[in-house]
Amino acid sequence: MTPTTPPIAEYHSRPLRSGIVGVVRRLASRPLALIGSLLVLMFLMLAISGPMIAPYSFNEINREALRQPPGPGFPFGTDSLGRDVFSRVLWGAREIIVVPGVATAVAVVLGTLLGLLLGYVGGWLDDLVSRLLDTLLSIPAMLLALVMLGAIGPSSIGIILVVALLYIPIVARVVRSATLGLRTAGFIEAAKLRGESTWYILLREILPSVLPALTVEAALRFSYAIFLTASLGFLGLGVQPPSPDWGRMVNEARDSYVRAPWALWYPAGAIALLVISVNLMAEGLRIALRREGQQ
Amino acid sequence: MTKQPILEAEHLCIDYRLGNQWVNAIRDVSLTIGAGEIHGLVGESGSGKSTLALALMRYLAPNARVSQGDIRLDGVSLLSKSRPEMERIWGRDLCLVPQDPLAALNPAYTVGEQIAEVTRQHQGLSKSEAWSGAVAMLEKVRISDAKAVAQKYPHQLSGGMQQRVVIAMALNTRPRLLILDEPTTALDVTTQAVILDLFRELLHEHQAAALYVSHDLGVIREMCQRMTVLYCGEVMASAPVAGVYQRPIHPYTIGLLASIPRVEIGASNTRLPTIPGTAPSLAQRGQGCVFAPRCPVALDRCYTEKPELETIIHERMVKCHRWGEIDARTLPVDYKDFLAESKEPFFNAKRQSGTEAKQDVPEETPEYVLKAQRVSKTFGGRSLLKRLLMQPDSRVQAVKDVSVNVRRYSTLGLVGESGSGKTTLARCIVGLETADEGRMTLLDAALPPALTDRPAALKREIQMVFQNPSDTLNPYQTIGQMLRRTLERLGAASSPGNVEKRIAELLAAVRLSDDYVNRFPNELSGGEKQRVALARAFAASPALVVADEPTSALDVSVQAVILNLLKDLRAREGASYLFISHDLRAVSYLADWLIVMYQGQIMEEGTTEHVYSIPSHPYTEALISAIPSTDPLEQNKHIRLIAEPNQSTERSGCPFAGRCPRQIGRICEDEAPPWREAGDDHRIRCHIPLDELKKLQSNGTPVQAALDKVVPA
Repeated sequence: MTPTTPPIAEYHSRPLRSGIVGVVRRLASRPLALIGSLLVLMFLMLAISGPMIAPYSFNEINREALRQPPGPGFPFGTDSLGRDVFSRVLWGAREIIVVPGVATAVAVVLGTLLGLLLGYVGGWLDDLVSRLLDTLLSIPAMLLALVMLGAIGPSSIGIILVVALLYIPIVARVVRSATLGLRTAGFIEAAKLRGESTWYILLREILPSVLPALTVEAALRFSYAIFLTASLGFLGLGVQPPSPDWGRMVNEARDSYVRAPWALWYPAGAIALLVISVNLMAEGLRIALRREGQQ
Repeated sequence: MTKQPILEAEHLCIDYRLGNQWVNAIRDVSLTIGAGEIHGLVGESGSGKSTLALALMRYLAPNARVSQGDIRLDGVSLLSKSRPEMERIWGRDLCLVPQDPLAALNPAYTVGEQIAEVTRQHQGLSKSEAWSGAVAMLEKVRISDAKAVAQKYPHQLSGGMQQRVVIAMALNTRPRLLILDEPTTALDVTTQAVILDLFRELLHEHQAAALYVSHDLGVIREMCQRMTVLYCGEVMASAPVAGVYQRPIHPYTIGLLASIPRVEIGASNTRLPTIPGTAPSLAQRGQGCVFAPRCPVALDRCYTEKPELETIIHERMVKCHRWGEIDARTLPVDYKDFLAESKEPFFNAKRQSGTEAKQDVPEETPEYVLKAQRVSKTFGGRSLLKRLLMQPDSRVQAVKDVSVNVRRYSTLGLVGESGSGKTTLARCIVGLETADEGRMTLLDAALPPALTDRPAALKREIQMVFQNPSDTLNPYQTIGQMLRRTLERLGAASSPGNVEKRIAELLAAVRLSDDYVNRFPNELSGGEKQRVALARAFAASPALVVADEPTSALDVSVQAVILNLLKDLRAREGASYLFISHDLRAVSYLADWLIVMYQGQIMEEGTTEHVYSIPSHPYTEALISAIPSTDPLEQNKHIRLIAEPNQSTERSGCPFAGRCPRQIGRICEDEAPPWREAGDDHRIRCHIPLDELKKLQSNGTPVQAALDKVVPA
């Protein structure tokens, strides 16, 4: 009776597979995010290769060239001791990226674990620890950093510890709230019903869904950590002299600002540029990853 | 109709911009709605019904445009209006009642302020005039203590009350046209029935035109005079409602109506007819009839030539090449269960090769899979902090002393409104909540209340299917990964080869092809996700599957597919179900035994047949009468529960007292009702003796009289 029916047209929306390639492509499609990411990449390369391409050592003093304006021999000029600002900025790049980078990594890893646990387990543990974290967050970051560094003495390790401690609560809060929304999701309850351990549920079931928010948060934390590290350097609590630290370079150049303003401009500009480009990248990531989630 | 119609849409086409091209979403839709008329717009998700409804208000997404046609309100084209002009019209002449009332209400203002704002904005009333108008409007939507309610914030009101507030807001300016976009979908049937009455009455009184968008054909039948069936952005049929339900002509309409489970059929061995395939995406529509790929009577011609929307008889329009044959009854349009016809190998797997035999379960199976005795669960409790701050006790007893037994190979249906404790009871049984009191046994083995105390062998025997298809699968795992993990964890297969074999079996059982193994959930439709969830629940051949509203988020035609699958899987896997739903039609299709719960207690239990027939508990009676029926012959009973459930814990009487239309007096409030045996283990918990209940229920009149006695909560 019925004539031959052609096979039913298979309908499946086939969105892009989630993957790094897709995210990078979408990141690159926005001009500001692209510029930010390229600059971050450039800073990373400088951190690795800076000492190799720097014309001078960071503490090499040219007595005959004090406070030289930027020019052929010294692209960024020289400071009041006759040190090449360009070389010092290049040498300092490693410090200003590695210290906040390690600090952020520590904060993200520990903050994520804590946030997952608090969000998933909840109960009195969450009540107690969340209030503790709130207390920690209510103290001004700089004040806490000064006190702690004053106690343990200024060093790279000290800064890493302080910055990590300051950012763990922030990361934990972000992860906790993302986890709370998933706690009653069907796939989590199905995992419980097949007897998965809490750690499996946290790391294999919840973490992937939290990862987009976490990536953005990590990038943002990184930019703040750079700023904080530079500020601590400026206050003399960073890496000790004579090794170059952008924050301390700004501080040292203050005294001779009238006669050699470039010695301040370039390290300060480098800090600003690095923070801005990390921020641009973070914003780009946020949008690139959100689109991912919406599919 | 000699009057000028209020809304006219002529040959309306709407396009969406996707990437760099315009994709046609709504194709050539014409609609006319007159004063006092409610026009139904039916369609499944993705049919474009919401797009169309909003477009009629000229409210389009930024990437949408009207590419053709015209929309006229009282004869004036809306398309020529400027944006500021439209802003004056929106909220005054054109109003929307959305599905989620909370989306329409601002949480930062009291509901009175929000209702008053509309008239202050559009009619320039003073603050006090607008406020008294708002209170009057709230009274009109039958809110008993309107003055007090006007001062409340949206979150302080129940869902039904919120929806009434939105209606009050929408009608406050006496609009010309109301768009009702699934306004009762999120509500309980009992609340829905009251809200529908209210709509009908108010719309009639205001003589406004209304477009009622819904996927529920029962609601459309009760509410509307005319209806339009939309499929893939095209009108399939448009006709007066009565004719459509008596004799549907378009094959799609026939399929939709056939796939609705009927209470009368019960849990017999019938299967629901389903419409094969899924709706094509907008970009994939062919040049022929859009429904042809799924149509059981499609001809070759249907694939190549688009049918016209023809007027066949008085005001009845159908878009089908073969309507003549269907109308003349020479061409039967029969939908079978298309999944059952598939030739794929079924697994009658239980204890066969491929799956491991379960040594720990005795082969001579007990009569009851699950026995739960006197289960209670209370939420809240006072924490130390709350006690220190002297905050009031916020405990809610969700389940009170409930006993249920699930018979082997059968389905226990659990019904009740939201807040009845049915979900909590189910979660206590699977172990996602820990019961405070009660004793449970599974296959005669003691079942500890806490999930962590349950041995692996018991965990394996109880699995669950969840309500929301969108979060039932982990978006970052492929279907294969998640089934594999489930099989490994539950120890259902020993070798990797067996695992893969079992995954193939499971996918075949839920009628999904092998290549789904590598798909991610975002590539699946809602129905397909729910099928995968079924496969996951059945992975280790559990003895008991708890299904918590597994079909309530799905379209009617998809719901039929899932219900059929549940029936198949029960038979072939030898499982028992605890099936929870507020949809009594869906329950009646699967369940052999029904339990009706109200406020954490059982009101009635018995076989499905007994519970659906008289005598039944007044609450059950109200639930059943609230279901909007699609049966043209059925005269709807009118029992409406007006008051809201009373949530207080210290009540000695019947929990239903205060809302019960058949309440007999103080005894209902003060004394706990006795269990009355109606034979065959059918039990009703009511003060009214069964004979009297039967007498009352066999003639419809006393219900209305009893309604007057209802005390507001």
